[in-house]
Amino acid sequence: MTQSAGHYTAYHPRWLRPHISTYWWLRRRSYFAFILREISSVFVAWSVVYLLLIISAVGQGPAAYQGLLEWSRQPWVLVLNLSSLLLVGFHAVTWFNLAPQALVVHLGHTRLPGFWISASNYAAWVVVSAIVAWIVLRG
Amino acid sequence: MIKRSAEPLLWMVFSAGGVVAALVLPMLLLLFGVAFPLGWLTPPSATHLASVIGHPMTRLALVIVCTVSLFHAAHRFRYTLYDGLQIKHLNEVIALLCYGSAIVGSVASAYLLAMF
Amino acid sequence: MTKQIKLQVARYRPEQESEPVFDEYEVPCHSDWVVLDGLNHVKDRLDGTLSYRWSCRMGICGSCGMTVNGEPKLTCATFLADYAPGPVRVEPLRNFPVIRDLVVDLGDFMQKLVRVKPWIVRSVEKPLASGEYLQSPEELDEYKQFSMCINCMLCYAACPIYGLDPKFIGPAAIALAQRYNLDSRDEGAPERLEILSEHEGIWGCTFVGECTKVCPKNVNPAGAIQRYKLTAALESVKAFFLPRGA
Repeated sequence: MTQSAGHYTAYHPRWLRPHISTYWWLRRRSYFAFILREISSVFVAWSVVYLLLIISAVGQGPAAYQGLLEWSRQPWVLVLNLSSLLLVGFHAVTWFNLAPQALVVHLGHTRLPGFWISASNYAAWVVVSAIVAWIVLRG
Repeated sequence: MIKRSAEPLLWMVFSAGGVVAALVLPMLLLLFGVAFPLGWLTPPSATHLASVIGHPMTRLALVIVCTVSLFHAAHRFRYTLYDGLQIKHLNEVIALLCYGSAIVGSVASAYLLAMF
Repeated sequence: MTKQIKLQVARYRPEQESEPVFDEYEVPCHSDWVVLDGLNHVKDRLDGTLSYRWSCRMGICGSCGMTVNGEPKLTCATFLADYAPGPVRVEPLRNFPVIRDLVVDLGDFMQKLVRVKPWIVRSVEKPLASGEYLQSPEELDEYKQFSMCINCMLCYAACPIYGLDPKFIGPAAIALAQRYNLDSRDEGAPERLEILSEHEGIWGCTFVGECTKVCPKNVNPAGAIQRYKLTAALESVKAFFLPRGA
């Protein structure tokens, strides 16, 4: 059998090769949760865009800033931002929970339990969020 | 001799973006996307925000946040298109669109913050 | 009169049909019977034409993997009573071509397994006279979990990425590569890196995590893959800054 990097599909015309449906991700709850987690990427991108809109408005002065705040009260913007909050939050939680799988830390010869990797990530999240809130709200 | 692939680098940027986005974006969204519009908290004045953003460290931090978050999103979305729509054969086109958008967004944010 | 339970078993006989059909069989539902016992009852007493694989019936050979009520399972480790009153739907393992009835072809995995060099690779073998390779319990713990793989292929059946793109090298192959990469006696990590860094190697994985969920031996292939992504990424950074001579 040749060891090639390519994929050789053996010629067996009577073997059954079922086709994967486009809706494979609706078949199991875990697949759906996976796709939801991946879709959070779109909302991460929107968050960056929204952040840039805010920065741009602030740069143009108080009137533009007030205009942006008004605009953010519109129902569809509110729904979009609320969904983004939920999904980016979902991204954060799944990310921190899965971080120990990639990051294996040894203290001498023993392995640090994954719990501490996740815990330190969550702690960092609290600290960074507090700093961000303090910076934004103190004026 | 290992074939030089872009994948390891893309994955590292994706990971960095994932961490940064997870740490920074939720609170920003909570404040500017939900709390201020709904009146739960009084929004800060434009002058305060201007002085905060104006600081070179903040601007640098914001450029980094925007850039890595956009690349994180681009990388993840690229794979979602492969798996969700089964269009892996359009590999080059998808990669171009995804990372291209991330580059455009990153350049835009860098420009915006440099000109602030 | 023992309770009975209905098995809905997928049949695929290429000489007479082009799509799978389901045959139904009533088998006794003893409290200690597994799905495999039910299938053996069918084969022995009800329908001798049913084709399926099995061997050790105790969860170590990896032969009897099938899809039971939509989930990849070892049929020797899945109790019929847990599905009472039934019916229990038994289908071949997903994501592999079906040869006949419940028998799938695993040739794709066999090719991939060889490619990751699942054996101790040494640049220079120690001479026999110098004795054994010594390994501490901590060194064993580094890779022991990944050595538990029985090649049952439930992880490939659960992995949507493999289902969508059969070129993906897959969970078990990467976990087995890691079993040797992390073995203190092994020196083959650079060779395996080349195979695994291909686009359809580890980078095809998007960490769905289903493989770890269905693994009957707690190998945690998803963990092996993510850990290896970090290793491979760091290796590529090293290679960039300190290129080795050709």
